[in-house]
Amino acid sequence: MSSLIDPILVAVLLLNIFALGNSRITSVIRVIGAQGGLLGVLPLLVQEHFGLLPLLVSILTVALKGLIIPFMLLRAMREAQIRREVEPSVGFLPSMILGALSIGFSVLLAQELPMAKAHLGLLLVPSSLSTVLVGFIMLTTRYKAISQVVGYLILENGIFIFGMLLVEAMPLMVELGVLLDLFVGIFVITIIVNHINEAFSSLDTRKLSALKE
Amino acid sequence: MIAMAFALILFPILMAGVAMALPGNRTRPWLLPLTGVVHLVLTLWTLAKPELQAPVGWLVLDPPGRLILLVISLMFFLSGFYAVGYLRYRGEWSNRTFTSCLLAFLGVMTLVVWSHHLGLMWVAIEATSLLTAPLIYFNRTPRSIEATWKYLLVCSVGIALALLGSFFLAYASLHEGLDSSLLFEDLLHHAPRLSKPWLHTAFVLLLVGYGTKMGLAPMHTWKPDAYGEAPGVVGALLAGGLTNCAFLAVLRIYHVTVAAGEQAYSGRLLIFMGLLSMVVAGIFMVGQRDLKRMLAYSSVEHMGILVLGLGMGGLGTWGALLHLLNNAMTKGVLFLSAGNIRRAYDSKSIAEVTGAMRRLPLSGTLFLFGFIAITGSPPFGPFVSEFTIVTAAFQSGRYVTGGLFLLFLLVIFLGMGGTVLAAVQGRPSGRSRLIPYRDTFLTGAPVAVFMALSLLLGLWIPGPIRALVDQAAHYLETRP
Repeated sequence: MSSLIDPILVAVLLLNIFALGNSRITSVIRVIGAQGGLLGVLPLLVQEHFGLLPLLVSILTVALKGLIIPFMLLRAMREAQIRREVEPSVGFLPSMILGALSIGFSVLLAQELPMAKAHLGLLLVPSSLSTVLVGFIMLTTRYKAISQVVGYLILENGIFIFGMLLVEAMPLMVELGVLLDLFVGIFVITIIVNHINEAFSSLDTRKLSALKE
Repeated sequence: MIAMAFALILFPILMAGVAMALPGNRTRPWLLPLTGVVHLVLTLWTLAKPELQAPVGWLVLDPPGRLILLVISLMFFLSGFYAVGYLRYRGEWSNRTFTSCLLAFLGVMTLVVWSHHLGLMWVAIEATSLLTAPLIYFNRTPRSIEATWKYLLVCSVGIALALLGSFFLAYASLHEGLDSSLLFEDLLHHAPRLSKPWLHTAFVLLLVGYGTKMGLAPMHTWKPDAYGEAPGVVGALLAGGLTNCAFLAVLRIYHVTVAAGEQAYSGRLLIFMGLLSMVVAGIFMVGQRDLKRMLAYSSVEHMGILVLGLGMGGLGTWGALLHLLNNAMTKGVLFLSAGNIRRAYDSKSIAEVTGAMRRLPLSGTLFLFGFIAITGSPPFGPFVSEFTIVTAAFQSGRYVTGGLFLLFLLVIFLGMGGTVLAAVQGRPSGRSRLIPYRDTFLTGAPVAVFMALSLLLGLWIPGPIRALVDQAAHYLETRP
């Protein structure tokens, strides 16, 4: 385990808080791209020795989470001609505070779970849980469809961090399958986002309210 | 015969490619029944010859998988013919994407059944979400966009939690220094030594994750919207095929907890989720005015019944396994006939749908009988399986669970009855008489066959099917 892991995770957590507090959606997408790029380095650091397969996972993650997906989202935004998130149901500052609290909560939660010897003292589990929670905050409090997709991506990033504990156990095919599903998922979602924009002339999900009891 | 697993999975996907390439909008839908026939023949052949079920790497056909493979194949076989009739009616729209996604959907569902690897199964279930999104969106109305958006977002988040749960389960075995392969065989084998805190958390996450896909309350919110806006044939395949795939995932995880000696923990959670789903479904079904949303809540209810039976173990497991077959066949009747009714009235609200038995004698009557069957009245299949689950509850001393189960069934019967009777009885409105839609052979016969199967299962369970259910129930009680 490299000593670089924890600084990277701290940066990831800071980017989470930053994403929660920013009202410009383009900046939020860039932040998530940076987070994805940072996470892409992790597979190389958690391995005891340098291998070709972690390198492949690493390159694909950086390409997908750091470049391709942010690019797809930015393009969808340009087409929809939106810039800012409307005031979320939980404001920007309160959601930042919630994000910070989620870190403390995750540290407490992680202490309840026993860790293997090799993983003692690492920030992997708390930062994974905190990132998952931040994803949930984003998903539930934002109104613009794109912001919700970003929330989903943060959630996925959190799961990816946990996956680092299992790099040696997870077969490459599964890792690639997960990445492929994420890519196709975002692809399908941006198509739907595009259709929402055409049909409702807006990406405000509060307009999606015809279906209810 | 290594080829069988690959043939069952890859043939539909190959046909999806063919559907993409075929230019004719009228001939293309015939690929659906063609694939359905081939898939069903291969499935029956595989089930009849145990040597064809030999595992290939991560692809293993376990006994519950055999049962669910048969259900999926039957559902697709009958729905495929119906889809030809439906798409003929919607001739002005291109059905290229619809047909391809439907075919690939069958292939991926088959992959879920065969995959005995936690990660591979996750990838396959996620793929089903992505392939069904364009199917729900087929009508391209603002309402169907809304439904698709909610479906994609809720299911993606649910499935993401299932991935986290899978990782936790893998860590439960890594933590104990076990060779952490994600194959179910290894997990079951090592189950008693898995780290308990990780196993418990993993089970909760996986139940929430795959429960979202099944449509268990309170993660069912996408279901009424998606089933309400999707074409009837898609509703039938989601309610009778995809939900069973997600149930299979829950069932396999539950099996690991049973093998770990944690049945008390996981069983209690399943019973709780089951009862909660039934009560939520009951609340929304009473006074429901939309026929398809009513069916969606009925699906929530029956998913609840499945996990409830599973959570009780023993006879309850047997009942749940039989019920998944009964529920699928009866949901086939209900969704397909509701699709016909919707087209005849250009509405699915009972404000406009009245006198369906006069307007569409075949579909209207089958819809009524489908309602009688799904609410657990004899002599139809669901009666037998629901009766088994009640018996299991009382035999194991769970009087409160059994009593609540019966109470919820009664409430749902009354609630659903009000809506269904309002739709089928009385005189058709003047507006509906102007719509030229009539029952045709292709949109009528498959519904009648579903009904016949539901009746058959209520009167007499054929030997081979009983054997499949017996083996699956036995398998879940034991450790390989």
